[in-house]
Amino acid sequence: MIQRTPLYDSHLAAHGRIVNFADWEMPINYGSQIEEHHAVRQDAGMFDVSHMLAIDLTGGESQAFLRHLLANDVAKLTVPGKALYSCLLQEDGGVIDDLIVYFFTETHYRIVVNAGTAEKDLGWMQLQAADFAVNLKPRRDLAMIAVQGPQARERFWTAFPASRAASEALVPFQAAEWNDWLIARTGYTGEDGFEIAVPATAAIAVWEKLVAAGIRPCGLGARDTLRLEAGMNLYSQDMDETQNPLESGLAWTVDMKDAGRDFIGKSALAGRREQGKLQAFLGLVLLDKGVLRAHQKVVTAQGEGEITSGSFSPTLNQSIAMARLPGGVAPGDLVEVAVRDKLLRAKVVKPSFVRHGKSLI
Amino acid sequence: MNIPADLKYTQSHEWVKQEADGTVTIGITDHAQEALGDIVFLELPEPGRLVKAGQECAVVESVKAASDVYAPLAGEIVARNEDAIGAPESVNQDAYATWLFKLKPANLADLAGLLDAAAYEKVASE
Repeated sequence: MIQRTPLYDSHLAAHGRIVNFADWEMPINYGSQIEEHHAVRQDAGMFDVSHMLAIDLTGGESQAFLRHLLANDVAKLTVPGKALYSCLLQEDGGVIDDLIVYFFTETHYRIVVNAGTAEKDLGWMQLQAADFAVNLKPRRDLAMIAVQGPQARERFWTAFPASRAASEALVPFQAAEWNDWLIARTGYTGEDGFEIAVPATAAIAVWEKLVAAGIRPCGLGARDTLRLEAGMNLYSQDMDETQNPLESGLAWTVDMKDAGRDFIGKSALAGRREQGKLQAFLGLVLLDKGVLRAHQKVVTAQGEGEITSGSFSPTLNQSIAMARLPGGVAPGDLVEVAVRDKLLRAKVVKPSFVRHGKSLI
Repeated sequence: MNIPADLKYTQSHEWVKQEADGTVTIGITDHAQEALGDIVFLELPEPGRLVKAGQECAVVESVKAASDVYAPLAGEIVARNEDAIGAPESVNQDAYATWLFKLKPANLADLAGLLDAAAYEKVASE
């Protein structure tokens, strides 16, 4: 069933070009994807992310449940509002989804998952929750807006001056409640900003105030090129159930420190690590002219690999990609990418291309 | 929709202009550029190449996707737009002023088989 967010009419009014994304009618752009991209790198832009699902977790065993459910360890979260990025794994280590979990107390968390996987995730969580005293509550009554860019917070406070006191002291990856809103200093662009969750009934009025404060509406197209430049994985492209986090550039999110913690997928990942010869997950910068795309073959001295995400980088003005490559390939290597009937030259780099408006390559 | 009446069109969203010297000039329509979004790369055919009608002979890449451009008629490529290669965004700015390549048709009468503006408007509205 095709769904619409509470902001659908605002997207139409702003001449958003609507596409079907994971069965949601979402704006891909409002004219120029590249201009929207630059607005976020240089000033402030915003995205309707209401298609993503917030799930509130409560109950006496909430922390124990999440320590079992997630590959990253929520025991690290001790300051109220602090957030953690984690993968949700199958027993075999395959990635069901990636998500952000916000800590309020050890008996109250919020989990935000991807749109395309929301029902699957919820089903999996409910199945796993049977052994724990917890309650999972999907929050389709909320709308979510990501306000991103070097001027994002200032412009947000211009629109909502009363929220400043509650949100000014937030450090990255921390959220605060303000009335019935949640304001989080998180994002998916490599820029500063907030992601806010508000009652769906308030969404249009909030969006209009943000527009009036000079924040440019941006579509899913710019969201994709921004996250790619920032080296952030996209679920279903860069990893899925057939791939594990260790070979998807996400080893840093798998927390094995507590030997006593038995999370889903742990033994499979430990076994994979023991086996060795892990594939590398790295970035590519195209040296020839053209555009790298997902699924193109990469020819390296160590064998063949494959691009998982590729596009044109508006900030760097050249094509970039993330790729799964044979073990032993390292930043600095020169490789070739099969683009139609040609082999184009590319340089291997760490998979992070732009942060805070600056090139990292 | 911007569909000049003096041009011919294809089902695959190319426009074709008949020149006085017996060649035709080819580009993609305004509708096509709008659907593609920001165009960042053009791969255009080398002059001298022989193409069949309907054969892939150029690629237009936007940030979003790569899209093939097809030869509307059989013939020989006689020129390509080097300025457009250097500034792919000019296709977004004016799809009809920014031609991609010129072709000398094997049989100029084949032009009659292409769509006129009214017929293309129906294709583009689907």
